[in-house]
Amino acid sequence: MKKYLSVLLVLVLMTAALAGCSNAPSQPAASGDDAEEIKIGINYELSGGVATYGQANLEGIELAVEQINAAGGINGKKITLVTYDNKSDHAEATTLANRMMTQDGVLAAIGPATSGAFKATIPVAEKNQIPVVSGSATADDVTVDAQGLKEYAFRICFSDSYQGTAMADFALNTLNAKKAVIIMDSSSDYGKGLAKNFKEQFEKNGGTVVAEEAYVAKDTEFNAILTKVKGAEFDVIFIPGYYEEAGLIIKQARAQGIDAPVLGADGFDSPVLLELAGAEALNDVYFSNHYSSLDQDPLVLKFIEDFKAKYDKEPDAFNALGYDAMNFVADAVARAEKLDGTSIKDALASTENFAGVTGSFSIDENHNPVKSIVVIGLKNGVQDTISRTGE
Amino acid sequence: MMNRLFEKGRMKYIFALLVFAIGQLLVVTGYLNDYLFSTLTTLCINIILAVSLNLITGFTGQFSLGHAGFMSIGGYVCALISMRIPTVPGFLLGVLTGALAAAFVGFIVGLPTLRLKGDYLAIATLGMAEIIRIIFLNLKITNGAAGLNGIPQFVDWMWLSLFTFSSIILISNFIRSAHGRACVSIREDEIAAESIGIHATKYKVTAFVIGAFFAGIAGGLYASYFYFLRPTLFGFSRSIDILVIVVLGGIGSLSGSVIAAILLALISTYLQAFPELRMVFYAVALVVIMIVRPQGLMGSKELSLDLLKGFGRKRQRGGS
Amino acid sequence: MGQFLQQIFNSISIGSIYALIALGYTMVYGIIRLINFAHASVYMLGAYIGYFAMTYFGLGFVPSILLAMLICMIVGVLIEKIAYKPLRNAARIAVLITAIGVSMFIEYGMMFLVKANVRSYPPMSGFLAKSFSVGAMTITAQQILILAVTIILMVVLQIVVKTTRTGKAMRAVSQDREAAELMGIDVNSTISFTFAIGSALAGAAGVLVGVYYNSINPLMGMLPGLKAFVAAVFGGIGLIPGAVLGGYFIGAVEVFVAGYGNSMYRDAVVFAILILVLILKPAGLLGKSGREKV
Repeated sequence: MKKYLSVLLVLVLMTAALAGCSNAPSQPAASGDDAEEIKIGINYELSGGVATYGQANLEGIELAVEQINAAGGINGKKITLVTYDNKSDHAEATTLANRMMTQDGVLAAIGPATSGAFKATIPVAEKNQIPVVSGSATADDVTVDAQGLKEYAFRICFSDSYQGTAMADFALNTLNAKKAVIIMDSSSDYGKGLAKNFKEQFEKNGGTVVAEEAYVAKDTEFNAILTKVKGAEFDVIFIPGYYEEAGLIIKQARAQGIDAPVLGADGFDSPVLLELAGAEALNDVYFSNHYSSLDQDPLVLKFIEDFKAKYDKEPDAFNALGYDAMNFVADAVARAEKLDGTSIKDALASTENFAGVTGSFSIDENHNPVKSIVVIGLKNGVQDTISRTGE
Repeated sequence: MMNRLFEKGRMKYIFALLVFAIGQLLVVTGYLNDYLFSTLTTLCINIILAVSLNLITGFTGQFSLGHAGFMSIGGYVCALISMRIPTVPGFLLGVLTGALAAAFVGFIVGLPTLRLKGDYLAIATLGMAEIIRIIFLNLKITNGAAGLNGIPQFVDWMWLSLFTFSSIILISNFIRSAHGRACVSIREDEIAAESIGIHATKYKVTAFVIGAFFAGIAGGLYASYFYFLRPTLFGFSRSIDILVIVVLGGIGSLSGSVIAAILLALISTYLQAFPELRMVFYAVALVVIMIVRPQGLMGSKELSLDLLKGFGRKRQRGGS
Repeated sequence: MGQFLQQIFNSISIGSIYALIALGYTMVYGIIRLINFAHASVYMLGAYIGYFAMTYFGLGFVPSILLAMLICMIVGVLIEKIAYKPLRNAARIAVLITAIGVSMFIEYGMMFLVKANVRSYPPMSGFLAKSFSVGAMTITAQQILILAVTIILMVVLQIVVKTTRTGKAMRAVSQDREAAELMGIDVNSTISFTFAIGSALAGAAGVLVGVYYNSINPLMGMLPGLKAFVAAVFGGIGLIPGAVLGGYFIGAVEVFVAGYGNSMYRDAVVFAILILVLILKPAGLLGKSGREKV
């Protein structure tokens, strides 16, 4: 019996200790109209598996905040960021969303970068009536699913089905491909969603998918499935997945003498793709993206110039998306009737013709942007051609 | 009257109620905001996992590296049921069915593998957990890698404390029963235990099944608090996390597991910004404990309140 | 047929890697009855040493792999001296937990030092960048390299174990430690020697994987480590030929499950084989089952 006493006593102490940790009990710190500053929560993958995406988004966000604050803030109020690292862990993302909304009193939150982690924060957002915005959550059911519209969730990137469809059109119309092989990352909803939509569109318009193979994240050995695929006749390979594995698949495929064009989506967008695959393998590789540094739009040119000045490197798509996400939120905060979550949510939902570096867009009734897509072609590992499609 | 309260068996319920009441007070007054509550939920889930693994590894001496597998079964079953019946009875049905499913798989897996000894068993259970994870990764109904989202949240302080306390109390009662003593005797010397008529396989499987059952409950609570589940949550590293708690607290000490879970929760809150350092710390803790104090913080002792009890006795004598 | 031959060749490359790692597991298990979980981390360490040697010091393949083997050898011996030796008479479970701790320490310590992101070896040039067509098969120079290095190391290992005094001492200690000690064998240095050899082989495997797959990360050892252990168990843990056989067998299982079945169940099949072997023939394919002494 003694042991229960102690176990329970310890639990009591612990509960008290935990409660003691919160120096700011339940009442969120000053927010609303009388606040001095506008607090925006940043919930990104700054370490862990997809840290590259989170860090890149954050660079874009920080550049945007710097510019907004240098121009006098929003209606005279400066933006301050409450930045947390969710370590690429979904449970951590939920916990941090709770923390920033209930303890730090943010007016809106940006991130996480990946769809799964972003979705994990949406219930928290709905419960606390604070809008969450993602720059790069591309899964189809992020803002609206079988249970209806997620009122407080927004994104500024197109969806996977849109990308999958666009790449199928590209394969059929630009490359004149009739037969395709799909090698998908089945450990992510991203890979599965892309594969499904590519296949639907490709087969609807006269193409055939002759083989479908799957792998899981962190795999390095693809020779077996490539040897299997090599036996079939095909015109293109579609690899819905991320650069870490796609780079290795392309390398191993080229080494086995498979020289068909390779198609992918925005998951290819990383300098690591080149390191992994090597320049020689990256010919005849095309992927859809949100943005290309080859774009000649004056807005994009200015962004590239500012970004280079601050970070001394070329911005990639995630930098651009982070930059746009922050400006998108700032734009809505400026238009909101009151400085609270619900008013900002309404302002976000009524955004029209927002001019971003990833293209200008309006928000539709499902809280998705209506925007165009870029298909980038690689030659010796370097961006060589771009074409913009869709609107 | 006071003395009767200290009688065996009754005290624990009073203390459970006390902790519940204090917690409830903190929730109602708003001191325990959502962020702190989510930390507390993780803590309680870890306590249930560690206490149940301690039954298998600490008390029965069967080294299992597959606890995350049982947790995932409980989680998925609970999620699937409570998503279809999004009510409190649905949630309870889900948690219990999930726990039973985990126990059932524990039985199926345990029967053949528990014949293995020591490190072979460890490797076999590890393989089993990986297989379970790969199956969830490929099943349609669990939505594969993307996992389940939008699981209704029913876990509040009441359910959380109810499940945590019942798990601790039930496992502790089991250990103090004749069955529990048989389990401990297997840990001490399996051959000697069999020679005095203890059916080793039966008790090993029993402990394994009970451990799996409570791991399933922990999984159900996890699903119902964090809104989502996916196979990557239940990899090898989660089994290791649970093992670290058990080893740190003391192999064969329930209160040790509880204390270690709390300690590690505090440490990981402080090391929140440095996830790699947290893991390095875990690693160093494991090695140092094994070399310096292989029995863990508490050894096989339970935290005792002799002081309090002694005080109670004196009062008794004085009163009569 | 061409496809089948190509798959065979694919499985030889991956099987060689498993065999090299499995050798370290099996030798250590043979001599101190410990699943050395840290072995997989030493393999990862070897891959990083090769990476740094090639990228920052511009060393060629041969000096890099030798350097990796040397450093891994030292690390392996240190692990044994610091973490396992104090526990030589402790419960098996305590040593196993320590091994897990050491493995986590190396992996997450590495992650802290070099960050979690994937790194890639510099592109190979000259012979190592070539590939050859043999009938319908395409064989890369790197695949030949893996096979050649594996064969060379195994031959050397066989000579060391069978003919040298230390090799004989290793075999004696693994059969009966106390008897070996009574015969005047220095058990401590024999154990150190075993760790040194096993770790050097793991280091070599790390560099080969780095060159072949071109992608390394701090947790790269986890899964191959487990599979190599499965290989060692399959062949009969404690037996050197068993580890080699097991390595190639697991490599073949993986390639053929992926090539002719569903690649998603590749790992599950490997683990299922492990469980079946453990239950049906715990001594492994080449092992003799012995009764446990009371």
